[in-house]
Amino acid sequence: MTDIWSGLQAAFWLLVTFDRDLVEITLRSLQVSLSALVIASIIALPLGTWLAIRRFRFRRAVIAVLNALMGLPPVVVGLIVYLLLSRSGPFGVLGLLFTPTAMIIAQVIIITPLIASITHQAMRELWAEYHDLLISLNTSNWQRIKTLIFDGRRALLTASLAGFGRAIGEVGAIMIVGGNIDHATRVLTTAIALETGKGDFALALGLGFVLIGLALVVNFGIHVLSRTEREGRW
Amino acid sequence: MVENMAARLQDVVVQRRGKTILGPVNHEMAPDGCTIVIGPNGAGKTTLLKTLHGVERLSQGQVDWGVPEHVARQQQAYVFQSPIMLRRSVRQNLIFPLSLAGKGRAEANDRVTYWATKIGLAKMLDQPAPRLSGGEKQKLALARALIRDPAVLFLDEPCANLDGRSIREIESLLLDVQRSGTRIIMTTHDLGQARRLAGDVLFLLRGQINDYGSAQTFFAAPSSPEAVAFLNGDIVE
Ligand SMILES: Nc1ncnc2c1ncn2[C@@H]1O[C@H](COP(=O)(O)OP(=O)(O)OP(=O)(O)O)[C@@H](O)[C@H]1O
Ligand SMILES: [Mg+2]
Repeated sequence: MTDIWSGLQAAFWLLVTFDRDLVEITLRSLQVSLSALVIASIIALPLGTWLAIRRFRFRRAVIAVLNALMGLPPVVVGLIVYLLLSRSGPFGVLGLLFTPTAMIIAQVIIITPLIASITHQAMRELWAEYHDLLISLNTSNWQRIKTLIFDGRRALLTASLAGFGRAIGEVGAIMIVGGNIDHATRVLTTAIALETGKGDFALALGLGFVLIGLALVVNFGIHVLSRTEREGRW
Repeated sequence: MVENMAARLQDVVVQRRGKTILGPVNHEMAPDGCTIVIGPNGAGKTTLLKTLHGVERLSQGQVDWGVPEHVARQQQAYVFQSPIMLRRSVRQNLIFPLSLAGKGRAEANDRVTYWATKIGLAKMLDQPAPRLSGGEKQKLALARALIRDPAVLFLDEPCANLDGRSIREIESLLLDVQRSGTRIIMTTHDLGQARRLAGDVLFLLRGQINDYGSAQTFFAAPSSPEAVAFLNGDIVE
């Protein structure tokens, strides 16, 4: 009990003094997860929208694959990315293993299906609502997509936030492909795992608070967005 | 504007889930004036209007406006039975068709002010459209349809949720629009309204044109017994 108590005190102290390690790890976490978020959003938002409004032969299959990918255990994603990037793997020459880039790749693979799937659902609803009007007004495909993305922007932001929440809290995959190297690939989650193992609860708890704080901000954002959506405020 | 706005329906059949919901219909629409489509619920009125507008998938036959479908549709506007509101302000809803057509900001704003005033929504321009009342939504949908000066206007029960005064206003608006050369094709369950507006009448029953005639002849002496019964207020199914 005293361990935890003194850990809490030390953690609080690390936070208010902006401890160098803590800040460095937090910033790297943000850098990795935000990069993954941007890349995944660029792929997933148009993909989800497109799946919602286009009917083509393999649409159902693509959606099924997407949902299946969403359930992939991150550790397995880590393993696969590791094999691809390891020196004997097909992309070994790039020398990406144990770099932040490798971690970004793993996170993109993990959150793209999630963002695409949420996007697809929201856009399908909106499209059902707008379908007749947009057809009647003789809109081009591009005009339809623009209209849906614009009017569904809150849902899209919610999807992205959910993806970010998943990325920032993920530990299995980035541990494998990043290696948790000090000053290179150590991020919030992997550092917490390591420090807890070492028994250094002060840093682990301090990092934990930061992570909880980020998760709260994300979920609060989602909550606010979906409420303004429901109440129809613009 | 395209000169001749007459449409020909040739052997049109619409089937859904193995059931024929419209047709076979062979009919030449009058080139101008106001056509009122009447008939009981489920008769196929909405399906017929959508077919004419070119947004219904046909199982057979064709609709010929004399020009390619998308060209014809460009000159048409459609007010759906349940109004579709974009999740935007009233103003943005009105601007939408104009900006699709590439109209400039100044012109768009002028037209928005004009039509919002005309339809009685001028005070609500900045409210979110999905939160309007049912009747206000219908008025907005109508204004949004008229804002592009369509050559043909389809109205699917445009007055279903309106009070007496609003109905009178809308009807006089529709007469104005018609006088300025817009072709109107409209459904209604209000036989009084049908009498007030109709140039000719299409009576639909079970997906087929059961009776057709100019308003005068149709209301004075409908030729089919079902139409007689319908006008008498009897239940026709
Ligand atoms: N997609 C569909 N699948 C199956 N049945 C359909 C479909 N669309 C319409 N129908 C059926 O076709 C018939 C005609 O529908 P329609 O909407 O044209 O009727 P309506 O004359 O407009 O009726 P109302 O006066 O109630 O508006 C109805 O019985 C309806 O249930
Ligand atoms: Mg109908």
